[in-house]
Amino acid sequence: RFVGSLGTIVIKCKDLRIIQLDIPGMEECLNIASSIEALSTLDSVTLMYPFFYRPMFEVLEDGWSSFLLEQEFELLSSMTNEWRLSCVNKEFSVCPSYPAVVIVPKSVDDEALRKVALFRHGGRFPVLSYYHKKNGMAMMRSSQPLTGTNGRRCKEDEKLINSTLRSGRRGFVIDTRPLAVAQQARAKGGGFEQEVHYPQWRRIHKYIERFNILQESFIKLVEACNDQSHNMDRWLSKLEASNWLTHIKELLTAACLAAQCIDREGASVLVHGSEGTDSTLQVTSLAQIILDPRCRTIRGFEALVVREWLQAGHPFQQRCAQSAYSNSKQKWEAPVFLLFLECVWQIHRQFPCSFEFNEQFLIMLFEHAYASQFGTFLGNNENERAKLKLPQKTMSLWSWVNRPEELSRFQNPLYEANSLVIWPSVAPQSLQLWEGVFLRWNRPSKFLEEAEEERMNIIKYNKELQAKVNQLRRQLAELEADEEVQEP
Amino acid sequence: VENVRLLDRLSSRRAVVGTLYLTATHVIFVENGSETRKETWVLHSQISSIEKQATTATGCPLLIRCKNFQVIQLVIPQERDCHDVYISLIRLARPVKYEELYCFSFNPKLDKEEREQGWKLVDLHEEYIRMGVPNSYWQISDVNRDYGVCDSYPTEVYVPKSATAHIIVGSSKFRSRRRFPALSYYCKGNNASICRSSQPLSGFSARCLEDEQMLQAIRKANPGSDFIYVVDTRPKLNAMANRAAGKGYENEDNYSNIKFQFIGIENIHVMRNSLQKMLEVCELKSPSMSDFLWGLENSGWLKHIKAIMDAGIFIAKAVAEEGVSVLVHCSDGWDRTAQVCSVASLLLDPYYRTMKGFMVLIEKDWVSFGHKFNHRYGNLDGDPKEISPVIDQFIECVWQLMEQLPCAFEFNERFLIHIQHHIYSCQFGNFLCNSQKERRELKIKERTYSLWAHLWKNRADYLNPLYRADHSQTQGTLHPQIAPCNFLYKFWSGMYNRFEKGLHPRQSVTDYLMAVKEETQQLEEELEVLQERLANLQKSQSGNNKIKSKQQDRSKQFGLYTSNNSLANTPQEYSNDLKSFPSRSPSQGDEDSALILTQDNLKSSDPDLSANSDQESGVEDLSCRSPSGGGCLPSEDSGKDSDEAVFLAG
Repeated sequence: RFVGSLGTIVIKCKDLRIIQLDIPGMEECLNIASSIEALSTLDSVTLMYPFFYRPMFEVLEDGWSSFLLEQEFELLSSMTNEWRLSCVNKEFSVCPSYPAVVIVPKSVDDEALRKVALFRHGGRFPVLSYYHKKNGMAMMRSSQPLTGTNGRRCKEDEKLINSTLRSGRRGFVIDTRPLAVAQQARAKGGGFEQEVHYPQWRRIHKYIERFNILQESFIKLVEACNDQSHNMDRWLSKLEASNWLTHIKELLTAACLAAQCIDREGASVLVHGSEGTDSTLQVTSLAQIILDPRCRTIRGFEALVVREWLQAGHPFQQRCAQSAYSNSKQKWEAPVFLLFLECVWQIHRQFPCSFEFNEQFLIMLFEHAYASQFGTFLGNNENERAKLKLPQKTMSLWSWVNRPEELSRFQNPLYEANSLVIWPSVAPQSLQLWEGVFLRWNRPSKFLEEAEEERMNIIKYNKELQAKVNQLRRQLAELEADEEVQEP
Repeated sequence: VENVRLLDRLSSRRAVVGTLYLTATHVIFVENGSETRKETWVLHSQISSIEKQATTATGCPLLIRCKNFQVIQLVIPQERDCHDVYISLIRLARPVKYEELYCFSFNPKLDKEEREQGWKLVDLHEEYIRMGVPNSYWQISDVNRDYGVCDSYPTEVYVPKSATAHIIVGSSKFRSRRRFPALSYYCKGNNASICRSSQPLSGFSARCLEDEQMLQAIRKANPGSDFIYVVDTRPKLNAMANRAAGKGYENEDNYSNIKFQFIGIENIHVMRNSLQKMLEVCELKSPSMSDFLWGLENSGWLKHIKAIMDAGIFIAKAVAEEGVSVLVHCSDGWDRTAQVCSVASLLLDPYYRTMKGFMVLIEKDWVSFGHKFNHRYGNLDGDPKEISPVIDQFIECVWQLMEQLPCAFEFNERFLIHIQHHIYSCQFGNFLCNSQKERRELKIKERTYSLWAHLWKNRADYLNPLYRADHSQTQGTLHPQIAPCNFLYKFWSGMYNRFEKGLHPRQSVTDYLMAVKEETQQLEEELEVLQERLANLQKSQSGNNKIKSKQQDRSKQFGLYTSNNSLANTPQEYSNDLKSFPSRSPSQGDEDSALILTQDNLKSSDPDLSANSDQESGVEDLSCRSPSGGGCLPSEDSGKDSDEAVFLAG
């Protein structure tokens, strides 16, 4: 970003860093400023860095094919046979923001899916998001139904979502809008599931802020974090006014609710908001963090990001274009993904031993979502990515991250696999500002890094000793065995 | 009293029925039914207020607020019983004589010698020697031998060598409560010092030659600097108001070579109200984020914490970087002065960041210099206006520093929380009375036990696993940042919501790392044993038959051990265990250790304290105890799951 004046260029970065360069010579300074400005606001995606980036490392595993939905389905098939892979969206014609293959109930055929797609906003018909092995309950996601003012209905839609219910059991629809907003949406052709037509479903409205509000909140928070004044009151009131932590709390609460419906109530859940590309994904992905131990591993979390964000069609290019320092009001800009990452961090903080990855891993994802040499977060959905030929023309972030030498930086030394559901506290006392992102460039990080290093050392030393002791035990046992053999 | 219900503060649906007992020292609530019969113990001295609320259909509610921030809500079926309990508790919670306090009846089963050893653990005389005094600039003065000059000061006071008894006495007459300038901390490296006193009785124009000489003497004791800072920790307005009462602050014109500075820390009344407001926020049933943040801001608590910290940082900087001595005072010099001096000492000297050093620091700046523990923490029934969380604020400052400098302190959060608890508990004699004089008269050391010995005995529980004596954060002066965006002041839920375990992280990194370290130590020992045995074996194999047979004897011995399972946890047991398994994959050892870690050590424990046997954290217990409150789903689950549905608010 840019603000040029009298031989000084201030560059405000998307990772919230602010760099100030003092350049002798007015003209040079202006030239540099305008170059930076031009280069940082490229019009065409294909001119961006990922298309020119030449990796300096050997690709061990192509990240573009690391997380295919087919593999996910294979895993699912080992648990249940109630679902199937559908290629109805092969040409991205049924739903442009969905991937080519999706997982749907076995009892629903492609023809019905096409009809349901017409009944859902943007064609986003209900698809499987998560299958809870423990009790066979499912979490689905979609966009709002297009009931309109005259209460349109769609038999296939009703059948589709009912097919996930066990006989006699109820399910929950979690609508991420308040009731009033959902009602207003009918005027524009949207709407919600009417009880009359979905008698087995109970609807819960759990409000999560729309993306443009989130962006305002983000900007305010970053502003507060850059306020160098020493005044405590001012800091707290700015923090409060940004509402950022309120959004965190609401989002976590909604995710806990979804997880609770599945795990505790033993009910299937359908999550949607309006478009089903923002708050819906936040809720479904966070619920999985809570429910599924696999999502708390590095590999599992990567799979989650791919499945629930990239393949599910979160418009990264629109949402993560400018970050917090944008001068021009970007209509589509919003820190939806960042909020998700921060919620993961909040849970991580409460269960520091249950995650295989560390805080740095989350920060790394935040950075790459906004600016990256890799093509992973380019485009708004699989359709666009296919058109841009990203897998052929750019490198995948996962190809880089999953190399052993990179992975070691992102491992949590305290990790002990925890197979349980982890219920975080959402009380205000339990939530904190994510210093690692927001105060990253302001606070002296040296001490905290040293602490992290010390943690690593303690664990590492312990592991080394264990290895040594085990080796000696073996040697000793062998020698003793030899001895016994020698003795008659 | 039977059939009393203990309510869970966060959700009224979680209530347990039990029996309430009142003893001479504790309130005890024993749960009915369950095989564990969980008990909740509360010391009378911890009770800060008791509130009888309007009788409802189910009974008569009684709300007990404790000084360690526990809140207990009881419902007693009979109004008359409730009234009796209420009246008794009011009496029991407000003892009028020191002899009624718990420490006079508390007996940890130590003999006389052990008790005396306990009191000797922290020795201030030694501490001043460690600092490097007496030396050619500073000496011990005996002017206060029989508390003749100042009854709230200790008998041993360190003053500049050039300050004669005449100057000291003269200066003391010009200071509130006769608290003359005395040494608090001496910096060996550059001769700069921190001295403390009360305000001068300057009024609008009074001056005192001896007092001026006293300050002069302090300056001369630091030949490296030609001036001293005089830091008045009060807001300027308060100090000016004091002038009207014949008190006030130093006039720079009368004292040569001083730089005078106000640092606005509010008085005890403001602090008391601030804490009150913050606790109200903590008690909110299901606050929204903005309720909470707004309440926190409105209470001003963190602002006050920051003010104290800033003052400490200023002084530490003056001493360490400028090499200038500082005289600190407030009004009487026993509250804000104690806070600021101890924060500055903590920043300056790594010793105070060790466990032992921290005890010494509290003993030096708080206990010996007459911080009025009895009045501030309401140990005996007294003026409620005297009560104020002065040392609580200091303890919180330490915690805030710990959060930003995780490797700098030898002790952990639990150490701080337990000290805070015992300042109010009166279980140990350390914090009784208002001054050294009173404690001597009461013969505290002969009649009660020392907290420091108790903490020291259990020091393994209080260690910070990240602390290493040779670490960069461990050494030298700490330089924390000042602005909130650089040094994040946080709400300390571990303290103020201490008993709402559901709000805290469910896994404790500290405990985990301590367990790992403990295991590491065991491994080290085992490694040594194994190496030795291996060496022996190898020697024996290359050696002659005689040794061989001897060795065989040994292995026969091991064979015997194999069947003996009672020898658990000794390093040898490991290897013998292994001997019985033919396949020796290294993972076996790992599994063992993993088991140790997850089963026992991850549960965050709150040993001792006996205040609350309620231990519901830990990994297994993951039922979500979130206070988001509100409506709920019809849940067919029972028991532990009864408050699962709390996310369904609104």
